[in-house]
Amino acid sequence: MSTLDLSRWQFGLTTVYHFLFVPITIGMVLLVAILQTIWTKTGDEKFLRLTKFFGKIFLINFAMGVVTGIVQEFQFGMNWSDYSRFVGDIFGAPLAMEGLLAFFFESTFIGLWIFGWGRLSKKIHLATIWITTLGVWLSAYFILAANAFMQHPVGFEINEVKNRAELVDIGAVLTNIVALNQFPHTITASIMMAGAVLVGVSAYHLKRNQYVASMMTSLRLGLWTVLAGGFGTLVSGDGLGLAMVQTQPMKMAAAEALYETTKNASFSLFTLGTPDGHSELFSIRIPNLLSFLSTHTWEGQVEGLNDLQAQYAAAYGPGDYMPIIWLTYWSFRWMIGLGALAMLIAVVGLWLTRKGNLNLKKWHWNTAIWMVPLPLLAISVGWMFTEMGRQPWIVFGLMKTADGVSPGVAATDVLLSLIIFTALYGALAVVEFKLLMKAVQAGPNDDLIAENKDADKLTVAY
Amino acid sequence: MQLNEIWFLIVGVLFIGYFVLDGFDFGVGMALPFISKDDIDRRVVINTIGPVWDLNETWVLVAGASLFAAFPEWYASLFSGFYLALLLMLAALILRGVAFEYRGKGDTQKWKNTFDWMIFIGSAVPALLWGTAFSNIVQGVPLNEKHIFTGNLLTLLNPYGLLGGLVTLTLFFTYGLVFITLKTEGEVRDRARALATKVGAVATLLAAGFLVWTLNAHFTWLGLGLSGIAALALIGALLLNHLGRDGWSFVLLVITVMTAVGSLFAALFPNVLPSTTNPAYSLTIENASSTPYTLTVMTWVVVFCLPLVLAYQAWTYWVFSKRVSRKNIPAGAH
Repeated sequence: MSTLDLSRWQFGLTTVYHFLFVPITIGMVLLVAILQTIWTKTGDEKFLRLTKFFGKIFLINFAMGVVTGIVQEFQFGMNWSDYSRFVGDIFGAPLAMEGLLAFFFESTFIGLWIFGWGRLSKKIHLATIWITTLGVWLSAYFILAANAFMQHPVGFEINEVKNRAELVDIGAVLTNIVALNQFPHTITASIMMAGAVLVGVSAYHLKRNQYVASMMTSLRLGLWTVLAGGFGTLVSGDGLGLAMVQTQPMKMAAAEALYETTKNASFSLFTLGTPDGHSELFSIRIPNLLSFLSTHTWEGQVEGLNDLQAQYAAAYGPGDYMPIIWLTYWSFRWMIGLGALAMLIAVVGLWLTRKGNLNLKKWHWNTAIWMVPLPLLAISVGWMFTEMGRQPWIVFGLMKTADGVSPGVAATDVLLSLIIFTALYGALAVVEFKLLMKAVQAGPNDDLIAENKDADKLTVAY
Repeated sequence: MQLNEIWFLIVGVLFIGYFVLDGFDFGVGMALPFISKDDIDRRVVINTIGPVWDLNETWVLVAGASLFAAFPEWYASLFSGFYLALLLMLAALILRGVAFEYRGKGDTQKWKNTFDWMIFIGSAVPALLWGTAFSNIVQGVPLNEKHIFTGNLLTLLNPYGLLGGLVTLTLFFTYGLVFITLKTEGEVRDRARALATKVGAVATLLAAGFLVWTLNAHFTWLGLGLSGIAALALIGALLLNHLGRDGWSFVLLVITVMTAVGSLFAALFPNVLPSTTNPAYSLTIENASSTPYTLTVMTWVVVFCLPLVLAYQAWTYWVFSKRVSRKNIPAGAH
């Protein structure tokens, strides 16, 4: 394989892996902050137990997000140096802002939160988790603004002499229509994910009839969170879809594998096609839905891949401008399907546990436990859709992925780093999973909140 | 002063901030196997940096991202050129971060020992590599006319680069040991103090050689002044450490790290990555920088953010300013 292929595999692997921990962090930090706020306001110890219990799960996950995040910051320069040269004048700014404004908040105040129990006053300690939340969410915005530039470059001019894109309007970059739509979509999907964690963990204990009082609270909170987050994801996803049709019509056409420009376009839930992917044998379709998603009118015209290919070839010169269609088609469906399934489980769960009913069948509880990965998988395939659907571009319309790779880095070096990251990340996944399971199984024990009898002892220490 | 000169200074300040803070973390990690007799000792050592190592490490992300924003060509050539060295650095930093968080979450001694080794390696490797990397930046590397690095890992492992690496390795080790004397009580503190004198002596010798070499190759009056201060402060720090004046010894080491890193940036200016192939191919603050517009925007961001960051981080250090000793270590670990 070439440096390009290996670099793409490495970026995909490290980014998908990093983004397993990020959504849980984005959502859980909010839920933990809310739980702690309720405890601070009401003094109800149940909420202190829940804060500490889910806080511990949150932190095990947070640590992995932090360490895998360093790789993200470095690998633009390491593996994509020509990309960095080309967009650095623009792309570096949101990254530096993310560091100065968001990462410092996160890393400082998470330390204060973890080790501040018993050292800071209740109110200041509560403030530390909220400032951490602010930092995490700001960080999400800046990195999405950077990503949005790759999807839909704005606020720049091309400098022919230096052969690079140069920033002329930072406001335009930070209010990119794609960023404005990606941010709520990412945040609400992450909230949904965190809700699923609460549901799964609570169901684990309720199935065994233990810690019933606190786990019932977190189960209901989790179910409502999945539903609310899911609804937000739906609404923001609709907005993102419209923005995508405006900015990257090829991606929307690829989402449906729509080859010919069509009015009254239907949306297929499932398709069996010929091996070349160009004609279908069987499909289940919802009439006019694709037109509605793309234009918000039932009859609207949706441009097909073939027309777009011709347009792009005319604009950018000869070449293949279609992404991998089977991948965009199926990732788009899995994203929606897995998210919808999680929402459905949440609705049924809320109905079954209404008025505090816990008399559920074993398979009910197991379903609730196994729903945990659903939003996470939906988020992962959603990002695969977004990033693979942009191909062959690294910056849409400006630079192709093949032109962004580091010219001076040998394929063997990238192979070595790919092997090392794969091995390291694989080993850490095993450790992480074991620790998470251990923390979950331990349950919200009272020793989590035991008052310090011995004044000398630190409340929290490594 | 022009914007690209201001940004050379800002990048320098951010890296100085990083080394002043994470430098003693590296030293604490390296000291772990040498000054602790049992698990409680080790936990004392680790908890001296427990609440702050993450914020310290974050400085490298900010320094790196600012370098990217202000000097994209520098970032691109440097990070792709030093590919394998940075890979090692990343692997080490990942191991270190995970180890801090996870060592206390297992029950067996074997589990803890494994993570203690990861802390040691994860601290020593970056401490060595940072010195090697910065010496090579100052010395210059083979860059072609497109500013692309044409060497390999062995290019970086030249005598000057290795000496620079050994300087940071021993200097950060000393720095961490003095930090431990400042932050602990009892036997751990005594052992750290004694070891700091020995390691510090080695660091002084290596640093003296390195300073002479650097000044010889890149003489500037500013560089001479800064390295002179660095050398005097280091010697003073070791004497004060020996006399048991932990606080002042630590302050002098902060000055040592600041001025030593500062002297490297002074030696580099106005280059950011000199080419040994042909001086005309060098990356400078002129040809590597972003546009004045980007630099202006980023200047406002820094002016607005950095004082706030320094204020809340100083407050954090104040919150966790108490010494840690064996009697403070609770039974359960976070």
